[in-house]
Amino acid sequence: MTTKTDVLRLYKQLLTTAKKFDNYNFREYSKRKIVDSFKEHKTVDENQITKFYNNGIDELSRLIRQTAVSRMYTFDKLIIEPLKKHHH
Amino acid sequence: MIRITRTIRTLAPRSLKSLRYLSQSKPIAATTPIPELHVSDPEFRLDYADGRDLSKFGTKPIYLDLQATTPTDPRVLDKMMQFYTGLYGNPHSSTHAYGWETDKEVEKAREYVANVIKADPKEIIFTSGATESNNMVIKGITNFYKNTKKHVITTQTEHKCVLDSCRYIQENGWDVTYLPVNSEGLINIEDLKNAIRKDTILVSVMAVNNEIGVIQPLKEIGDICRKNKIFFHTDAAQAYGKIPIDVNEMNIDLLSISSHKIYGPKGIGACYVRRRPRVRLSPIINGGGQERGLRSGTLAPPLVAGFGEAARIMTEEMDYDKKHIVKLSNKLKNSLLTIPETFFNGPADESKHYPGCVNVSFGFIEGESLIMALKDVALSSGSACTSASLEPSYVLHALGADDTLAHSSIRFGVGRFTTEEEIDYVINVVNKRVEFLRELSPLWEMHQEGIDLNSIEWTGH
Repeated sequence: MTTKTDVLRLYKQLLTTAKKFDNYNFREYSKRKIVDSFKEHKTVDENQITKFYNNGIDELSRLIRQTAVSRMYTFDKLIIEPLKKHHH
Repeated sequence: MIRITRTIRTLAPRSLKSLRYLSQSKPIAATTPIPELHVSDPEFRLDYADGRDLSKFGTKPIYLDLQATTPTDPRVLDKMMQFYTGLYGNPHSSTHAYGWETDKEVEKAREYVANVIKADPKEIIFTSGATESNNMVIKGITNFYKNTKKHVITTQTEHKCVLDSCRYIQENGWDVTYLPVNSEGLINIEDLKNAIRKDTILVSVMAVNNEIGVIQPLKEIGDICRKNKIFFHTDAAQAYGKIPIDVNEMNIDLLSISSHKIYGPKGIGACYVRRRPRVRLSPIINGGGQERGLRSGTLAPPLVAGFGEAARIMTEEMDYDKKHIVKLSNKLKNSLLTIPETFFNGPADESKHYPGCVNVSFGFIEGESLIMALKDVALSSGSACTSASLEPSYVLHALGADDTLAHSSIRFGVGRFTTEEEIDYVINVVNKRVEFLRELSPLWEMHQEGIDLNSIEWTGH
């Protein structure tokens, strides 16, 4: 049985992971997509929740792998991206 | 010899510290600078600072050239990684498990690719891209029917690879009719009906134009072709996954697809070839008989699987992406058109326009000079293959646009990964640079004074 806490924890984890994309466009897209998907399925049927939850877990593992790749191969920041204070 | 020993002696041992990241959970980046993309020229940064402290921002231009190619979706890369690590079997090896597991994935990808256009997976032939698919169709069909037919119909605004293949078959004795388009880029159905002859075998019309984003009336063309027993081919490189296409409802017999236009890997595409009623064509690549004998050669499973995943995401997220693209594209289009003397190239009817492609002409400005002035935005004035030359776009010419407007057009692409922040930045800089370039222009000054430029007699030519 998937509880509300499980779902919220997954949501938070997905967002925290998405923020780790070094690539600006992938990062912004992932954040937007996660927020919109959870909003869209907010009122989903109760017996469907586990199915969506499992999809979310798969998505999370994919995000963890891909954000790691994104941080291994980094490129210059976009002209609209503010540089972090300690950036090289 | 001496030089070599010297090099070896002075070679410093690489520090083990640089490999530290291999044992860390947080990886250290292997930074890859791409010099050509930099906007770091100090003079340039000064001129284009727009009141911002540029040292606090990155240097890479914003990517709005999505008609040329799209970034690979991380989810696609994730799928492909399996094939570069563990799944290395040849999908055509039928004697062992390495072959079977790869083959299973390839067939799954084929299904995803077929689903986008509601085709049967057996009707999908993997090729190296849309250019190969277009060549395969035009040369293959004309070669197969060379004894009974003699005529092909296409349009003036096709992609270069279709036009060039047509040129090739013309050299081999075929007749080709190039249909004109109206000022919105659409073909006239009556023109098509009139062009059909008894010995016509193929009609090739692109679904979405790569320069102006106009959507041709596929269903009407398909109906006419079916009635006259002519094959209908459409180059859907820019349309696949972006507008709804149903090959059965639209009576499409052949369709070219490119993977890197849908956030998939580069170097792969596909051709849909109808099975019932059967479309026959001679292959241009012969060999082991893979892909129904139409395209021999071992498939590249990493690319095929990546392409399949990209297609699956396109099907699943078509509405979601469309909503985002329409929103940003409308914002961009409406803001750019508030600049005086700017014109939208493309159909006025929004249902006939793919919103991810916004083509605008800026009067009294050379398109190429605006592109140069917009170094912080990656743009193009047209097709990537022709943008190296200063020739005005042949597509805009076919629309009837005069030389000056054809010269001053710029194509903006909006896609899945474009953000609102980027669009806002682009609108702002285009406004400023257009104003700047016009201030330099004597023609603009004359226009401001109310002189009709067409009334001037130029001398000195």
